[in-house]
Amino acid sequence: MAQYPTEPLKCWPKAKELRNKFYENYKQAHEKGGIRCMGSAWALDAVTMGLGRDVYWITGEPYGASCAFDSPLSADFLTAAEKFGFSRDLCSYMRNYWGSIIVGKYAFGGPLPKADFAYTQHICCSHGKWYQNACELEGGDVPLYVIDVGVGACPPFEPEMYKHRVKYVADQMLDSIEWMEKITGRTYNDELFFEACWNDIRLTHTWAKICMLNRAVPAPLDEKSIYSLYVFATLQKSSAAFAELYEELLEEVEDRVKRGIAAVGNEQARVMTDTQPPWGFLKIYRYLETWGVVSIGSLYTFGLEGMWLYDEDRNDLGPRPMPPEKPTSREEACRMLADWHLSKPEYQHFYSPEYKTEMMDAIAKNWRCDAIIMHYNRGCEGLSVGIAENRLGLLERGNKVMTYEGNMGDETEFDLPSTETRFDIFLESLGLKKREA
Amino acid sequence: MIIVGIDCGAKNTKTVVLRDNKIIGKGMILTGFDQTSAIRESLHAALKDAGIDVKDVDKISGTGAGMEEIRDADVRVNEVKAMAKAANFFVPSARTVTDVGAEMGRAVKIDENGKVIDFAINEKCAAGAGAFIEAMARALEAKLEEMGPMVLKSDKSIPMNAQCAIFAESEVVGLIHAKTAKADISKAIHDAMASRIVSMIRRIGVNKDIVMIGGVGLNPGFVDSLKRELEIDKVYIPPDPAFGAAVGAALVLAEET
Repeated sequence: MAQYPTEPLKCWPKAKELRNKFYENYKQAHEKGGIRCMGSAWALDAVTMGLGRDVYWITGEPYGASCAFDSPLSADFLTAAEKFGFSRDLCSYMRNYWGSIIVGKYAFGGPLPKADFAYTQHICCSHGKWYQNACELEGGDVPLYVIDVGVGACPPFEPEMYKHRVKYVADQMLDSIEWMEKITGRTYNDELFFEACWNDIRLTHTWAKICMLNRAVPAPLDEKSIYSLYVFATLQKSSAAFAELYEELLEEVEDRVKRGIAAVGNEQARVMTDTQPPWGFLKIYRYLETWGVVSIGSLYTFGLEGMWLYDEDRNDLGPRPMPPEKPTSREEACRMLADWHLSKPEYQHFYSPEYKTEMMDAIAKNWRCDAIIMHYNRGCEGLSVGIAENRLGLLERGNKVMTYEGNMGDETEFDLPSTETRFDIFLESLGLKKREA
Repeated sequence: MIIVGIDCGAKNTKTVVLRDNKIIGKGMILTGFDQTSAIRESLHAALKDAGIDVKDVDKISGTGAGMEEIRDADVRVNEVKAMAKAANFFVPSARTVTDVGAEMGRAVKIDENGKVIDFAINEKCAAGAGAFIEAMARALEAKLEEMGPMVLKSDKSIPMNAQCAIFAESEVVGLIHAKTAKADISKAIHDAMASRIVSMIRRIGVNKDIVMIGGVGLNPGFVDSLKRELEIDKVYIPPDPAFGAAVGAALVLAEET
């Protein structure tokens, strides 16, 4: 018997339509006279929008996740990548992406459209090579621009020389504008860039505000649904349509909190997770629900694209306030975007696992989590780096933690029955009882 | 009250009969492909050992990989909870339990009541489980029961680097070709396996006293390797450690009744 009322999100149909349109647009870009751009979900896509409103993006991580969700398709892509000579221990998003190019098949129907250029950034060793290989696999004539963002953590973690770090990244963005003009033959429109920059900031700010609402008991959103919603920020942060969707979602979630609408009607306990889930097995979240457990989110879903400020004294996270005004010059826009994105919580652990542990602990405490379930994700070296240290740090801070191994994009590295057994053991040790089927 | 605990494991199915929390009968049968038969035969063996009839049994508790097949179970208890309860029963001062079964290695941190605080289980790999020693015994052309005692005859320390049972077999073959003595190879195998288990124990923290249950507890070579890896003098092994989880499952039910 459900303890709390539940209801589906009203914005689902619009969200689905927008996502489908995003992938359709990439396919039809040339028919529309537009340009196709590929790059990472972490890329500063706003910078490319100065080339025109008809720059259509595809981002590798959500595309790889979509492939992984379709088990037979993913098996084809992963096999093709392996046969080509790419090692099985590489990033599984990347292998799905390369496999898609090698097979020549688009996960959203038809042949995979070829990109006109690639615009991305280096955040981990995989991203350092991802688009170099992708460009070569797409024929070797796809120009590539990569921004180095490996500059150190943001304040309060590493405040030293922060403004120089911002300048280093901003200068690369400025340089990339000239490069884009050269390779596309288009004249760059600063007004469009300022607009895209502001869309990015309001979208990532709004996402953090939405996640804040999940502090409520019962949680208005469960993480399985959050995955379907946070994805817009990974598809294209600079999209006005996506920013508007988040603003509508914020209103809707506020209303759910006001009316006590739960994501999981029988919410008895709250957990948070870590890193990407095994995308082909999202049913594990439904399994948790049989124990009355809602996963309220994670540093990953909150902070991969959401912008936050960590308050060390209060051990708490809050949405980073937006800059007072839109940028009015190219230099200012680049600086603003660089500063905004370097504060992304998911960047920080690259410099020390301790930073991530602190932020995870803040979520556990302030989102009232009973426990933490960590995915030792063999498919992502970047987000799994230091994860065992995180576990120890979280245990030392009094959290209950369980781990399971898997792979976000390669189902051969995930064992569903044994993972469910682990959940059973762990959740029972928390004093929970499984609901009879 | 008579309570039966059945542990339908990957290799063996073990049954214990408890009268007022005292073990009065035991039975063990190879599980094989037909779990239902193994459960039935193991139960009959335990009842015969106890000298009672199935009608005398008040309740049945099940655990183990095949616990869903224990149709008559009044309750099913997960393996970690069962082993924790058993360790607490046999050694009340136990705070860490390790269970090395045929297919699974586990480490559990428990409190003074035998409640699970934290746990670690080996992932999709047999390198920390009894099956690893069996596979290596085949490679060494030795009987399984000879493997443990051989360890105690060796004074050499040969590292095995492979994390995987398949690659470890290649290393064993390499050592055989290098004319390494069987006792030394057996010690290397047991040390390698113990290091996997100790890695799990360290993950949850080494808290004394340490109890080992599971059939591998009867292997003196492994216990020796475990003590050396943990740098401790004593690992408590309850009588008939292979029946540990079955006893724990029965005790959990007794407590709830």
